[in-house]
Amino acid sequence: MTAAPRVVIVGAGPAGVRAAEALVQAGLRPVLVEEGERDGGQAYRRAPPGFTRSSAERYGADAPKADAVHAAFDALRPHVDHRPLTLAWNVAPRELHVVHDGQAHVLPFDALIIASGATDRLLPVPGWHRAGCYSLGGAQVALKSQACAVGARTAFVGSGPLLYLVAWQYLKAGAGVAAVLDTSPRRKSWAAVRGLLERPGLAWRGWSMVRALRAAGVPVLNGVHPQTVDGDDAAGVTGVTVRDASGGTQRFEADAVALGWHLRPETQLADLAGCAFDFDTATRQWLPQIDPDGRSSVPGIYLVGDGARLLGADGAEASGRLAALAVLADLGVAADRHALEAPALHARLARLRRFRDGLAQAFPWPHRAARDWPDDTIVCRCEAVRAGAIRAAVREAGGREVNRVKAFCRVGMGRCQGRYCGHAAAELVAATVGMPVAAVGRLRGQAPVKPLLMSTQGPAERGEG
Amino acid sequence: MDARSDVLVLGGGLVGSSAAFFLRRRGLSVTLLERERVGRQASGVNFGNVRRQGRALAQVPLANRARAVWGQAQALLGEDLEFEPLGHLRVGWTDERAEAFEQHARDVRALGLELEVLGREQLAARYGLFAPGIVAGSLSPRDGHANPRLAGPAFARAARREGAEVIEDAEVAHVARTGSEGYAVQTRDGRTFRAARLLLACGAWSQPLAAQLGEQVVIQARGPQMGVTEPLPWAIGPSIGVSTHVKHEGLYFRQVRRGNVVFGGGLHGPASTETGLAQVLPHHTLGQLHELRRIAPRFAQVQLIRVWSGVEGYTTDLQPVMGATSLPGAYVAFGFCGEGFALGPGVGDVMAELIDTGATSTPIDAFSPARFRAAG
Repeated sequence: MTAAPRVVIVGAGPAGVRAAEALVQAGLRPVLVEEGERDGGQAYRRAPPGFTRSSAERYGADAPKADAVHAAFDALRPHVDHRPLTLAWNVAPRELHVVHDGQAHVLPFDALIIASGATDRLLPVPGWHRAGCYSLGGAQVALKSQACAVGARTAFVGSGPLLYLVAWQYLKAGAGVAAVLDTSPRRKSWAAVRGLLERPGLAWRGWSMVRALRAAGVPVLNGVHPQTVDGDDAAGVTGVTVRDASGGTQRFEADAVALGWHLRPETQLADLAGCAFDFDTATRQWLPQIDPDGRSSVPGIYLVGDGARLLGADGAEASGRLAALAVLADLGVAADRHALEAPALHARLARLRRFRDGLAQAFPWPHRAARDWPDDTIVCRCEAVRAGAIRAAVREAGGREVNRVKAFCRVGMGRCQGRYCGHAAAELVAATVGMPVAAVGRLRGQAPVKPLLMSTQGPAERGEG
Repeated sequence: MDARSDVLVLGGGLVGSSAAFFLRRRGLSVTLLERERVGRQASGVNFGNVRRQGRALAQVPLANRARAVWGQAQALLGEDLEFEPLGHLRVGWTDERAEAFEQHARDVRALGLELEVLGREQLAARYGLFAPGIVAGSLSPRDGHANPRLAGPAFARAARREGAEVIEDAEVAHVARTGSEGYAVQTRDGRTFRAARLLLACGAWSQPLAAQLGEQVVIQARGPQMGVTEPLPWAIGPSIGVSTHVKHEGLYFRQVRRGNVVFGGGLHGPASTETGLAQVLPHHTLGQLHELRRIAPRFAQVQLIRVWSGVEGYTTDLQPVMGATSLPGAYVAFGFCGEGFALGPGVGDVMAELIDTGATSTPIDAFSPARFRAAG
C-alpha cells in the first residue's frame, strides 16, 4: 500500500470517538464527520458554548464515562480531520457525500465506519400530531443540552428505560411530571429478569428512579393502553388519556407529552450503501447485518454503536473500538491489536446483548395497538397520512408490502422518510394484511439522509456532469 | 389444462394495463402477465408528465389520443389519478429556442395541437418564477401532469373489473408460436398460457422476448434521476421543462397538490433489468439542484427530501416500438424512451384497436418494429 489508507467515520458519539482513537493509535488520521456542533453523541451530548451546568448535573451517574469520552475526543482532535456541522447525505461506492455550510464535498474512503446512532422509536397515539407532543429523546435533549423542559407539566408515555430516566431527570431538574405511563405490564417474565440481571447496577438504578418518582407523588402506571393525546389542533396538548391495566379510563392533565418505545437505529447510510438487513424478532425491527466485529455485508463498510445494535453508550464504545481494530486488520495496518483485544470486547458486547434482550422482553413494543387505531389517527405526521388511508391502500389498492403501500398513500414519503412512522406503518400493514410484520418488508432508504437545501453548491470536481 | 384467452398481454405497466382494459371494452378475453407488480417500474417511478409538445411530430397524433384518454380517465376508471390539466410549459435560455418554439407551434397546429408561444415579459408576468435568462416559453394549455404511482395500478384494477385476468408474479420466460392457432407463453415458474393474439409490452425487459418473436430491437435500460422537495404553498400550475441541446440543462419540474415540487431530468443513472434497480448518482442530484436554482432562483431556500429512480427502456433511435410484428397476431408496444407516461393510456387504446380490428385510426407506422429489420 502506497498512500495511507483513508478511513472515514460518521458520528462523533461514543462509538465514533472510540473508533477514531483506535485508528489514531495505529498512526492513521481518520476523517470524523459529525452532524452536530460538538462531539459526545446523544448519550454524552456536550453543552453549547457558554452553558455552565456541571457534568454531574448533566449526565448523572454516567458523568465519569461522559468525561472520559470527551477527554478522549479532546486529545484526539489534533490527530483527526474533524468535520463538525457536516451532514453525510449520501454514499456511493468508496465515496461519502457530505455537505457543510451549504457546500457539498466528496470524501473518498477505503473504509467507512458508520456510527450514526439512534432515534426514538415511536408509536402513534391518536392526537400525537398536536403541538406539545415530543419524543422522549427530544424531551431529554432539551434538558441535557439547553436546560429546558418541553412543558411545565409533562406526561411521559411509552416503555423502556428511557421512559423512567427522562421522567426522573425532569423531576430532579424541578420540571413538573404529570404521570409516567408505561405500556408494558408490571410482571416481567423470568427470561426478562435474567437478562436485566446481567447489569444489576443499572437495573437497580432504574428501580430507584421509579421509587423516587412515586415518592414525589407522580402517578406511575404499568400496562396502560394510550387512548388519546388530548387537546386541539390550534391550542396543542392539554393532557393524555389512557386505559389502565384494570380496564378503567384515566386522564392526566399536561401541557406536554413525551412519547417513546426504546430506540431505532439510524440505518439510512447503511441502507444507501447497499448493506443487507435482517429482521430482529426480539425487537420487531430490521437491523443491518454485521459480523462480530461490525463488518457489514458490503466490504469496506463497518457499522457500530446504536446505529447498528441498540446496546447503549457502553456498547457503542466497545463496538466502535472493535470495528476500528477490524478496519486496521482488514487494511493490513495492524492485525495484532485486533487479535489481542477482540476476545474481551466480544465478551463485553455479548453481555450487553443479553441485557438488551432482557429489556426487549421486559418492555415490549406494543405492536397490537396498530389494530385499534381509529381510521382518522395520523400515522405519518410529515405527510398527514391517516390509518384509514393505509388500510385502504391494503384493502382496496392491494398493497401487501410497505414500499407498495407507501407508493399508494404516501406514508413515509415526507421529510423524515419514514424514520418516525415506518415501524408503525409496517405493523398496521401487517395487521391489515394478516401477515407477520417481517413479511411486509422494510421501507427502503432513499437519499438524502436528511433534507438537503437546494442552495447546496456542488463540489468543484463534478464528475462527467 | 393451460389457460387460454383471446389475447395475452405481456407486461403490466401503463401500456399493458390500459391495453388490457381497452381490449376488454372491445369484448375480447384478456390475460395479463406481470413479472412483479403492476405499474411499479417505469410507469410508476417517472416524472408524471402529460405532455404533447416537444415530441417528434410522428408522436403527436398518438399524444392527442392519449390526452383524450387522460381527460376521461376518472370517468373510465372511477379513480382519481391526480390528473391536473393545468398546462405544460417549455422554456428556453436562448433566442434560438424562441425560434424553435415558433416553428414547433406551426408544425403541431397542423396536427391539432394549439400552443401559445411566450416571451420573457409574458413569462415574468404570468409565472413570476423564472430567472431573467429564461427568454422563451411555449405553453400547451390543456396538458399537465398526473400521479404515476397511481395510474398503472388503477388501469390494471379497472381491467380486472372489466373481466381481464391480471396475474402478478408471472415472469415470462418463453414465447412460442404454436402452429396456426396462436401462441404459447411459458412463465419462469412453469405455467403455460395460450392465446390467438399477443401483445408484448414489457418496457425495458422487452428485448429478449421480442427476439423470440423474430424482432431484433436493442433496448438499453437507463434510470431517470428524480427528486422531490418538501411541500410548499401551492404556486405552480403547469408542468415545466427546459428545452435545450445541453443534456445536463434539461430539467423539468411540477408541483403536486400536496405542495411538493417533483423534478427530474439531465443525465441518466445506471439501471439494470436483472436486478430491477436503478441508481440516482449523488453528483447528478447536485447538478440538478444547480440547474433548478438557475431556472428558478427562489428554489434555493427549499429542501430536497427524497430522490428515486427506476428502470426505463431506450431504443437506439429514441422512438418507441409499436405495431404488428412479422408474425400474425403478435404485436409489440415498448421502448418509450422516458416519454411513455403521457402516451401510455393512448398506446393501450390504439393497440387494443389494432389487435381487435387489424388497423388503427391513429397513425403509428413510424414506430413499426420493421425499421430495425436488416435492410437490404
